[in-house]
Amino acid sequence: MPLDEVERKILELPVTREAARELRAGELLSLRGVIYTARDAAHKRMVEALARGEELPFDMTDAAIYYAGPCPAKPGFVIGSAGPTTSYRMDAYAPALISLGQTVMLGKGLRGPDVIEAMIRYGAVYLGATGGAGALLAQRIVKSEIIAYPDLGAEAVRRLEVYDFPAIVLIDSLGTSLYDRETVASV
Amino acid sequence: MREIDVRDVADSVAALCIKANTDLGPDILVRLKDMRAAETDERPKAILDELLLNAELAREKEMPICQDTGMAVVYIRIGQDVHFTGGSVEEAINRGVSKGYTEGYLRASVVADPLLRTNTGDNTPAVILWELVPGDRVEITVAPKGFGSENMSSLTMLVPAQGIEGVKAAILATVKKAGPNPCPPIILGVGIGGTMDMAARMAKLALLRPVGEKSPKEHIARLEDELLAAINDMNIGPAGLGGRTTALAVHINTYPTHIAGLPVAVNMSCHATRHAGVIL
Repeated sequence: MPLDEVERKILELPVTREAARELRAGELLSLRGVIYTARDAAHKRMVEALARGEELPFDMTDAAIYYAGPCPAKPGFVIGSAGPTTSYRMDAYAPALISLGQTVMLGKGLRGPDVIEAMIRYGAVYLGATGGAGALLAQRIVKSEIIAYPDLGAEAVRRLEVYDFPAIVLIDSLGTSLYDRETVASV
Repeated sequence: MREIDVRDVADSVAALCIKANTDLGPDILVRLKDMRAAETDERPKAILDELLLNAELAREKEMPICQDTGMAVVYIRIGQDVHFTGGSVEEAINRGVSKGYTEGYLRASVVADPLLRTNTGDNTPAVILWELVPGDRVEITVAPKGFGSENMSSLTMLVPAQGIEGVKAAILATVKKAGPNPCPPIILGVGIGGTMDMAARMAKLALLRPVGEKSPKEHIARLEDELLAAINDMNIGPAGLGGRTTALAVHINTYPTHIAGLPVAVNMSCHATRHAGVIL
């Protein structure tokens, strides 16, 4: 299996800001531990909750968030297909959560300058999983439980436990981006 | 006159939703393998291997290829000698989508109102493209469309003076701006001509053409080749992390247009350009 033939560094989640600062763009990782799913609608709700001074559904300190909305689990499955969604849609919300302690974002695609600035300032990393490989990635999720906003369906917040979930550091806490090559950087 | 019960339409749509989402077309698999073989660096090879393995796993376990099981685009070509019985065809299509997405454990990804944004819970309604054709058959194609790539689509209303160079520039700019976001390798559906809505519709339908098949119009087939080569020289690559495999295909449809206009629509799609069809 090509995924496991590649040499990867094991990264235990959650990750502290200090540990997040040590990761470098291009490093291949194998994620183990707890990660929360949240995408468009859940981010909007969390940031609105903050504005009203309310509690968030999970502690943001050292938290890892996976931008994903999985498919329903078939009987006997932990979860349905569960690949990353495009991250820039969460750019409006991510800096607020990073300022509260979030250290890991997992998604795919470009990020805006405000997010990168927050990553540098507080110590957070942006990891990527392969978009379009949702069936494969679901095999590395060993536990899944909805912990908030069940009315959002696929967009509910889930607490996932992953084991050897393949990821790559796309942007590190120095602001170095793997996407910064000639073509993509000039966009 | 031939009678067709709309229940057959609903049942067909339900089955096609599941098939399209779990079974990636052999044309796409062949192209992925060919392009994987042409990559020289390890990273693009590894990412394409993941996609190939993913497709295999999805078929074996009857799981969706991608968790974004899309908005259901249903393209229905109705023979003009057909008479439908048993109720509304549109309602039957939506009943089929609801059944397919619910029973197939596919993700419900549709909100009832673009601003109020409450999930409808069963992925209805579909986007239905109707066409009336000669004959007494009904051809139904279900093409679930994911929005990571859909969001990277574009419409450019060029003027005639911009000509073919303007068309190329508009298409290449769309791909460049999208970068890694639409999950490359991508497939581009392009519509040139018509009105703005016609261009967009042609772009969507161009995605249904099998990978490897060219436009029957010689000058358009040449344009498809030229654009595909230019896109694969951009070094966006699989997952946007560099490499030769940025696009698997460029499919262009054209239509007559106005003396003042040159509309160009680009419908962006990922490798999971899913579609399944049936003829009733």
